[in-house]
Amino acid sequence: MLQVIRRYALMLVVRPIARLLFGLDAIGAEHLPKRGPAIIAANHNSHVDTIVLLCLFPSKLLPKLRPVAAADHFDKGGFGSWVSRNVIGIIPIKRGGAAKGEDVLLGAKEALKRGEILVVFPEGSRGAPEEMTRFKTGVARLVEFMPEVAVTPVYLQGAGRSLPKDAKIFAPFNVTAVIGEPMTWTGSHHGFIDNLRARIETLKTQAPPLRWE
Amino acid sequence: MDALSFIPQPLLIGFAGVLGLLILGTIAAFVLPAAQPGKWSDLGPRMRSWWVIALLVGGALIAGWQAFAILMAVISFLALKEFLTLAPTRKEDRLIVLLAYVTVLVNYGLIFTDTLFEDSYQIYLVFTPVYAFLVMAATMAWIGRTDGFLATTGIVHWGVVVCVYNIGYMAFLMRTPDAEAPAGAAGLVFFLIFITQLNDVAQYCWGKALGRTKITPRVSPNKTWEGAIGGWLTTAIVFYLLAPYFTPLTPLHAAIMGAAVPIAGFFGDITMSAIKRDLGVKDTSRLIPGHGGVLDRLDSLTFAAPVYFHLLAYFALERF
Repeated sequence: MLQVIRRYALMLVVRPIARLLFGLDAIGAEHLPKRGPAIIAANHNSHVDTIVLLCLFPSKLLPKLRPVAAADHFDKGGFGSWVSRNVIGIIPIKRGGAAKGEDVLLGAKEALKRGEILVVFPEGSRGAPEEMTRFKTGVARLVEFMPEVAVTPVYLQGAGRSLPKDAKIFAPFNVTAVIGEPMTWTGSHHGFIDNLRARIETLKTQAPPLRWE
Repeated sequence: MDALSFIPQPLLIGFAGVLGLLILGTIAAFVLPAAQPGKWSDLGPRMRSWWVIALLVGGALIAGWQAFAILMAVISFLALKEFLTLAPTRKEDRLIVLLAYVTVLVNYGLIFTDTLFEDSYQIYLVFTPVYAFLVMAATMAWIGRTDGFLATTGIVHWGVVVCVYNIGYMAFLMRTPDAEAPAGAAGLVFFLIFITQLNDVAQYCWGKALGRTKITPRVSPNKTWEGAIGGWLTTAIVFYLLAPYFTPLTPLHAAIMGAAVPIAGFFGDITMSAIKRDLGVKDTSRLIPGHGGVLDRLDSLTFAAPVYFHLLAYFALERF
């Protein structure tokens, strides 16, 4: 029941509003995975990023799409947690403070085993608007765990301008998503991450120029 | 035809003509790609978008001035968003950008408020050019970043005038009392859209057939003198011949407007091309499949709409 409501809410409410406010221009949409298990990795500047990525997929894939989100922000308990987990469909992940021997990636690994599509932001935090920071290695460890899973790199532009971290109100701007060819496990954590970052930097050159200083 | 009797006859024939063109184009979109594979791949999505545009605009023209004003407000908002996304702005300008969007509400709100003010058209005329200009510049000064001040205040105001104020004239024209024009207010607006689109198509066809001498080699290298003059003459003649069915203009005034409106459309087109070159993009967005952005489709209208409105108001309309 909840899945049906989610799907129609995306189709009839979220996507039309997102299209009106953010345009949702996609370049290379044919590279998006059509089935799970798969991973989408994008740069992260804004809460709008997750909405944009969810809207890029056909709504029948919505039950399979699982944004991996910081537990300290989205899974603080109560109603907020319920919405994050059941309405947005997040998989919470601990940022720091995990006990020794605890596998923070366990939830993400199980989702991949169930054939779901993970949406990850390897920067781990939104950071300064429209700037890319260091990538964490979690996504590489997930591909190492399941080497048949491909990672699709996505460069997102403009969401950091619409709703930067700490902003109270958002301003409508068009957001562009540039989607690259999927990448597979290369045998090294840092090698994989550096390659992913380089790919996203390359995708950036296909986006319209951003003049914002 | 009884069910459609509330639509003035010239407008009904106009709609039928547009429908005929859409059907022809759709047949072409099925036949041509099959005959010459790979060459016409753009035509299918382009025709689908034309159907959506025609149904939205035609539907709003029939539904009345309220529906048309709301449609144009949404279109202005989308065009302004495309402009502000591509134009250089500064991190401190988020509030200015929000103020620019507020002008969409006020600009189109004024079309609805003629019971609130004695004549909201008078306020419409000055609101965006003068008061939006003052408020946005003053707010930027108050925020206090001085480097790039003049450039940004100019850029934002330019976008608001072109995307909101100039396009808004089309919606205000719908408030002309129906008795003032042979095909009502909707006929006046339909005629403006028809003439500007015809001008684009006629320029393209004359250019393809005879085009040799480039007219604006650095801004729009595909445009030629032959295309521009052929398109201008074609449009002016069609305007003159059809004016009695859609406008209350005398023959002399119809001739003047027939000559002036396509020239305004041409300059709107090349101005938008110059801006896109300056910003380093080919299309202003990918919102309309096969066409590009809203602003790409509106380019000639951003200049033709105010010229058409003001000349009509000066020559013939009692209301304005």
